[in-house]
Amino acid sequence: MDILIFILKIVIPPVLVLNFIPLMIWFERKGSAYIQERRGPNRAHILGIRLGGIIHNFADVIKLITKEDIIPANVNRLYFIGAPLIAIFVGIVTIAVVPLADSVQIGEKLVHIQVADLNVGILYVFAISSLGVYSVLLAGWSSNNKYSLLGGLRAASQMVSYELALGLTVVGLFMLAESASVSEIVRHQGPHVLHWNFVQQPLAFIIFWIAVFAETNRTPFDLPEGESEIVAGYHTEYSSMKFALFFMAEYAHMVVAAALITALFFGGWQVPFLTTLDLKTQAPFYLYVTVLTVSFIALFFGLLLLSQFKKGKYRDARDYEVLVFGIPLFLLALAGGGSAIFTGPWALPEWGRVLFAALVQATSFGIKMTFFAFFFIWIRWTLPRFRYDQVMNFGWKGMLPLALLNIVVTGVVLLWKGNHHG
Amino acid sequence: MNMPHNNITKTLIEKFPADVIESHEAYGDTTVIVKKGRITDILRFLKEEIQPSFEMLIDLCGVDYLQWKDSARFEVVYHLLSLKTHDRVRVRAPLSEEDPTIDSVSPLWKAADWYEREVFDMFGIIFHRHPNLKRILMFEGFEGHPLRKDYPAEKRQQIPTAEIDLLHLSLQNRHFSETDHLPTRSMILNIGPSHPAMHGALRYQVELDGETIHRAVAEIGYLHRAFEKHSESSTYTQVIPYTDRLNYLSSMMNNVGFAHAVEKILGVEIPPRAKMIRVIVCELSRIMDHLVCLAAAFVDLGALTNFWYFFDAREKIYDCTEKLAGARLTTNYTRIGGVWRDISPDIITGIHKAFKVLDKAILDVSRLLERNRIFIDRTRNVGIISKEDAVSYGYTGPCLRACGVPYDIRKDQPYYDYDRFDFDVPVGSRGDVNDRLMVRFEEMRQSAKIIQQALTRLPPGPIMIEDPKIALPAKSNVYGSIEGLMNHFMIVTQGICPPKGEVYSATEAANGELGFYIVSDGGPRPYRVRCRPPCFPLTASSERLVEGGMIADLIAIVGSLNIVVGELDR
Repeated sequence: MDILIFILKIVIPPVLVLNFIPLMIWFERKGSAYIQERRGPNRAHILGIRLGGIIHNFADVIKLITKEDIIPANVNRLYFIGAPLIAIFVGIVTIAVVPLADSVQIGEKLVHIQVADLNVGILYVFAISSLGVYSVLLAGWSSNNKYSLLGGLRAASQMVSYELALGLTVVGLFMLAESASVSEIVRHQGPHVLHWNFVQQPLAFIIFWIAVFAETNRTPFDLPEGESEIVAGYHTEYSSMKFALFFMAEYAHMVVAAALITALFFGGWQVPFLTTLDLKTQAPFYLYVTVLTVSFIALFFGLLLLSQFKKGKYRDARDYEVLVFGIPLFLLALAGGGSAIFTGPWALPEWGRVLFAALVQATSFGIKMTFFAFFFIWIRWTLPRFRYDQVMNFGWKGMLPLALLNIVVTGVVLLWKGNHHG
Repeated sequence: MNMPHNNITKTLIEKFPADVIESHEAYGDTTVIVKKGRITDILRFLKEEIQPSFEMLIDLCGVDYLQWKDSARFEVVYHLLSLKTHDRVRVRAPLSEEDPTIDSVSPLWKAADWYEREVFDMFGIIFHRHPNLKRILMFEGFEGHPLRKDYPAEKRQQIPTAEIDLLHLSLQNRHFSETDHLPTRSMILNIGPSHPAMHGALRYQVELDGETIHRAVAEIGYLHRAFEKHSESSTYTQVIPYTDRLNYLSSMMNNVGFAHAVEKILGVEIPPRAKMIRVIVCELSRIMDHLVCLAAAFVDLGALTNFWYFFDAREKIYDCTEKLAGARLTTNYTRIGGVWRDISPDIITGIHKAFKVLDKAILDVSRLLERNRIFIDRTRNVGIISKEDAVSYGYTGPCLRACGVPYDIRKDQPYYDYDRFDFDVPVGSRGDVNDRLMVRFEEMRQSAKIIQQALTRLPPGPIMIEDPKIALPAKSNVYGSIEGLMNHFMIVTQGICPPKGEVYSATEAANGELGFYIVSDGGPRPYRVRCRPPCFPLTASSERLVEGGMIADLIAIVGSLNIVVGELDR
């Protein structure tokens, strides 16, 4: 049992992050297309299945793997090859301390739904993500290209500067939760939305949010790879899978950043207004409601897809794609909805209640995280890019003092409260 | 209009009796031919002392009169403009074959620097006391001077494969401070000719201290296609397709500009409907040009979404030009004496539809950017050029107006009845990147206004003049009458022959004053066509504008100047 849990803990989080990457890329493409009044990718298909453009990711993978992997002459091969590995490694391992659901009691054992419940979890996050600087710096320097060098330097100074603000914002959270463990911070926020940290610590939330944009090198802080200025920055010289690793790392960083925002400021796995106990005790009712709602949504989309069917639209397998998804959805909706209506709320055993609660919490976490991940894309296609000195000014003269102010204010308020109660 | 011209020549003759060889007025242009010895004094007098003063050197070009019997071999031609009265004067200085040298006027006008380099490059005329007399359009190591009449048009040269000193751009790593603990050196970075933000093939070489640009040198000529040399071996009509390729973003405007010049030397007036259609296509082109300029500038600033909003609108306008001219990019739409195809009701509805999309696009983009703090920080007080410098560099068009000089040929020297339209000329105040971009925003709205007025008062009638020496006769005439057949034959085999003389015509293109200086020897082919590309002076000034800024500023500045390399390099 212990070994099984151990293996699951090791496998699930990285797989989760890695699977979010194609989803993010799909978001990026379809989202930008939607924002820019285009259609976005809709051509690649496997036996007529296009999945609204997700299949393009498979095509990309094949392309990137089969492309020639060029290592320019006069590069430091060790650093050149090592840099993308560091990037993807850092991107994935940060998720380790983020809890996906409340701890679960299995028999005698309390199982945490996260890889490691470190009592200095947040510090671990910063320690690991700081290592990310090495990847861009090494990539920029070892490429032996002036544009790469500029990109690497930009990235290094930007990440170091914003890490300060990032680190200081969470001090307020430590003070509130009286712990540096991520799971403790999540638990402390409770199910009540007004007790979540984005309400309790609004300034910290905004600074943190902006700083993670800078940390992940996303617009408006995408100077390290600002394509119109320094071509592609630190990964100008990279090709094939080495480029893909950088590309994946960027999205992995975004996923992790979204997970952190969710955990630290939006109650993590907390379901609004429902405690774990509520979920467990009321599990049959909530399950009933969930099945009905999901069935209804599936019915709606199933019918929507079926109504799209038109023979001869493409004159090949793509014609039947809507059926491939529409019919199962429709049947699923009928089966789920029917069984829910006719067999009523089901009584659940104890393990079922626990599992249900954990699943609902994980889903809650996933939905919040997906939203924040999408937010990165939304911002990217809305804002222009900063200039290098403006980024530095903003970081050092704007965010850092504000983060410090936040700590002072939080401390004063806590003291005042403590005095009143005590 | 004649009086001031006469006054100018009179004053000039009084002041420099020994130096003025001849003066005349033809086709509305005042010409003064002077001896080369005191050219700087004469031009300084015109610039500073005479009233009204000619503060702007609009164009400087050379002509090789090898085949003209009664003439000196070379001539350097200066076109001056007065911003107060909008008078123009042409000063010509003949040079002998033995001694093709003249004093540089670069102390008077900053614009002269690059113009004189081009004349040196093309004709081998030496300018004394020029600060940096090097080739500009041709590559270093090119032999001969291509626009000389004795340089065969078919001659090919190989670019030297040996490592030529590309750093004739003269930038070298410099040590900064000797006293520093760390010996630091500047970094030389090539931006372009193949770079995502150098639209076309433009190259900057910059000397960097960190990200700050200490010095910058622009290198042009990568897209040089010998437009002027080509034109000398083509008939006037055959030149029109070449003009498409000058500013390929608003090709119809170049067509109109060239046709306008030829019609000026022919002394003909095109029919009112053709005029109105030309106004419409010009303004459509202006909108498209501004759309591309702004869209590209926004992309360079990292705001990619705006690009799509603008290109959507541009696409709709291109649909209209496609219906009108049969082509989208290289339209070849005008003919000498009119336009090629008439505008149909179908196209008019298309234009109205396109304007709906355009309005929405302008609204969307201005909402996204106009008050966006990042955008303002990136553009305001970046790349500032003062009014005086802009005039000295020969700025025209939106970039000049962004500095606060309300000079617009459409208002000030109206052609094609532009004075009968109700439109405003937007003017900036600071002359920074933000102003340059915002002026273009407003100009698009004004152009749309002009087009709407033009569409409502489009007069009926022919779209070509009926002059058998200029316009092709109707096909029925060609097949039905011997006279028509002969006219057709003559135009097709011979071409249009304007009288002997010279003319400078200026039209307000999207980017500024598009000038064509045509010298005709009376034959069917122009003896010399000089195109004054509006972005040539802009590019010349960009070297100074970017100094002290950062790489990101260089990108923003180049984007706001709208450098179209097709027109820059010709």
